[in-house]
Amino acid sequence: MLDRAQAPSTEEIREVVMPLAGLEGPLLPMLHALQDTYGLIPEGAVPVLADLLNLGRAEVHGVISFYHDFRDHPTGRHVLKICRAEACQSMGGNALAAATLKKLGVDWHGTTADGAVTVEPIYCLGLCACAPAAMLDGRVVGRLDEDRMGKLLAEVRA
Amino acid sequence: MKIYVPMDSAATALGADEVAEVLAREIAARGIDAQIIRNGTRGMIWLEPLVEIDRGDGRIGYGPVTPADVPAILDGSAESLGRVEEIPFFANQTRLTFARCGVIDPLDLDDYAAHGGLAGLTRAIAMSSAEIVQEVADSGLRGRGGAGFPTGIKWKTVAEAAADQKYIVCNADEGDSGTFADRMIMEGDPFTLIEGMAIAGLGVGATRGYVYLRSEYPDAIRVMRAAVKIARQRGMLGADVLGSGRAFDMEIRQGAGAYVCGEETSLLNSLEGKRGVVRAKPPLPALEGFLGKPTVVNNVISLATVPVIFEKGAKHYADFGLGRSRGTVTLQIAGNVKHGGLYETAFGLTLGEVVNGIGGGTATGRPVKAVQVGGPLGAYMPVSKFDTPVGYEEFDKNGGLIGHAGLVVFDDSADMLQMARFAMEFCAVESCGKCTPCRIGAVRGVETIDRIAAGDPGAADLLTDLCETMKDGSLCALGGFTPFPVMSALTQFPDDFACQKEAAE
Ligand SMILES: Cc1cc2nc3c(=O)[nH]c(=O)nc-3n(C[C@H](O)[C@H](O)[C@H](O)COP(=O)(O)O)c2cc1C
Ligand code: SF4
Ligand code: FES
Repeated sequence: MLDRAQAPSTEEIREVVMPLAGLEGPLLPMLHALQDTYGLIPEGAVPVLADLLNLGRAEVHGVISFYHDFRDHPTGRHVLKICRAEACQSMGGNALAAATLKKLGVDWHGTTADGAVTVEPIYCLGLCACAPAAMLDGRVVGRLDEDRMGKLLAEVRA
Repeated sequence: MKIYVPMDSAATALGADEVAEVLAREIAARGIDAQIIRNGTRGMIWLEPLVEIDRGDGRIGYGPVTPADVPAILDGSAESLGRVEEIPFFANQTRLTFARCGVIDPLDLDDYAAHGGLAGLTRAIAMSSAEIVQEVADSGLRGRGGAGFPTGIKWKTVAEAAADQKYIVCNADEGDSGTFADRMIMEGDPFTLIEGMAIAGLGVGATRGYVYLRSEYPDAIRVMRAAVKIARQRGMLGADVLGSGRAFDMEIRQGAGAYVCGEETSLLNSLEGKRGVVRAKPPLPALEGFLGKPTVVNNVISLATVPVIFEKGAKHYADFGLGRSRGTVTLQIAGNVKHGGLYETAFGLTLGEVVNGIGGGTATGRPVKAVQVGGPLGAYMPVSKFDTPVGYEEFDKNGGLIGHAGLVVFDDSADMLQMARFAMEFCAVESCGKCTPCRIGAVRGVETIDRIAAGDPGAADLLTDLCETMKDGSLCALGGFTPFPVMSALTQFPDDFACQKEAAE
């Protein structure tokens, strides 16, 4: 992802977002498309989107920064989202999260030194009846304990 | 032979994909004539992955299944759960909204129609707009997204508004901890939601719909997108819905990780491509909603319940329930509980019956300490309130709220001061920033609770005042209702707030 994130050109950015220009309320779909393509919202996207949608640059910036999903910096090769919400807490989610962060030597939103994993908090995955839960690159896992978490991490750090 | 292995994300989170893979391999190796169907979940999450085998005489269940169990299941030597429909947790439910969920292949429209699907829409097509709205009003259906507002009244407002374009927007942001009914139906029976939205479109005169679906649910997004495509190909959506000569089409839109976007006006802003800031009401979204046009905003379960109301009639639905809470409630039993899952039943059971009876008490086997009902803005109910019947007014009278009907059970190891702190922290993280009592108050709330924990004698009163300010001075329920979990923790579990200093010493 890092390589692809190296400043795409205005042309490349337009190519990603133009097919969505006919939608009602196209900005969020465009931002998702950009992030799916580059792993982040490239710096150069703001003027392109502002121009295309007839918005101020500050306005586009404001939208990007409002949402937890959109980021302006790359992640590690994998993203581990650990649920921090109540149902997961009731099943020992806090301790599991703390142990995982410690083991990886990162804080929330941090990326391991080897660039393998970024850990992010998430508030509920709808897996509250099989808590604690997490999502690794879009793959959900439930009823986690330190052992299962260790296996997951071993997979991505191998 | 038919073999069912759920593809619901709770099942896959517990290993259903691996089980399905091994099953496929074993079937091929043994040369068995069998078809694997990836269904939704029945909702008995503690039994997932729940594999069902139909050898022609009913569906026999096995679960929770690991890949290693597969050979014995195919040999017929594994111990079974018997007929799945006869498992008490399942058999005792009144499944109306979830009648097909876990039963059919979610993306098989013929299977859907064979199980009562499309009957509601077909009936609605023969009715006038006013009759459709009246049918919903007569059913007594109230919004299942939290506020419990009568759906029929909302639809009437939109139906009577004059505009060149109207919209149906489905709120699939389901951000509350302890809730997964929306996800479950979208993954397990997506055509029900599509059918409900189409009926809503016919009822209010809207030709376009959107499902605002949270990004935390990639599987639900995938299933819903596939279902919309199939519905369009088969003429359930489009310019001529089921040959009615009337148009309705819809799109799935992905949220971007903001809890507040579940609030309907924030959601509309987000759908329009703006920051998800809450709008002041009036104007009501029913009159000036998406892009300023009259818009129905309804929760997934509200809309997914509409088809069965039209299939069986408003009276059939309204005959279930308690007081002004008509029909069924889709309870989501979660957290530290033995039998967690989705349980659809008529309103009226008591909280205790749900937690101890249906849920079987805690998963850890320790005593129940508290149950948070209605998500992060809902109160913590102590065991002393377990005789509260599940009904909107009944919960309100007991200082609680049903919200989206999620219940999160905690055992006696829970620290209620920490839970109160989390409620404030969550409000601070997710605040849209529009009102000071919410944006700043929640941050102060965290600090104040830390002072209580440190033994500051005046801090509890300060917290109470702060909660009053948040209640009075917040535009929406994020700032306005965060005081519910906080104050319920403080007043119902005072020991957790009083003993902090001694405990720390
Ligand atoms: C902070 C906040 C979050 C909300 N989140 C949701 C949600 O995730 N899903 C939902 O259906 N309603 C949610 N609501 C309620 C909606 O504002 C609205 O009442 C609902 O979508 C109306 O649909 P209904 O009448 O079918 O329930 C939320 C409200 C607030 C204040
Ligand atoms: S209460 Fe909070 S989330 Fe709601 S409008 Fe005010 S600042 Fe926004
Ligand atoms: S609270 Fe963690 S999955 Fe719902």
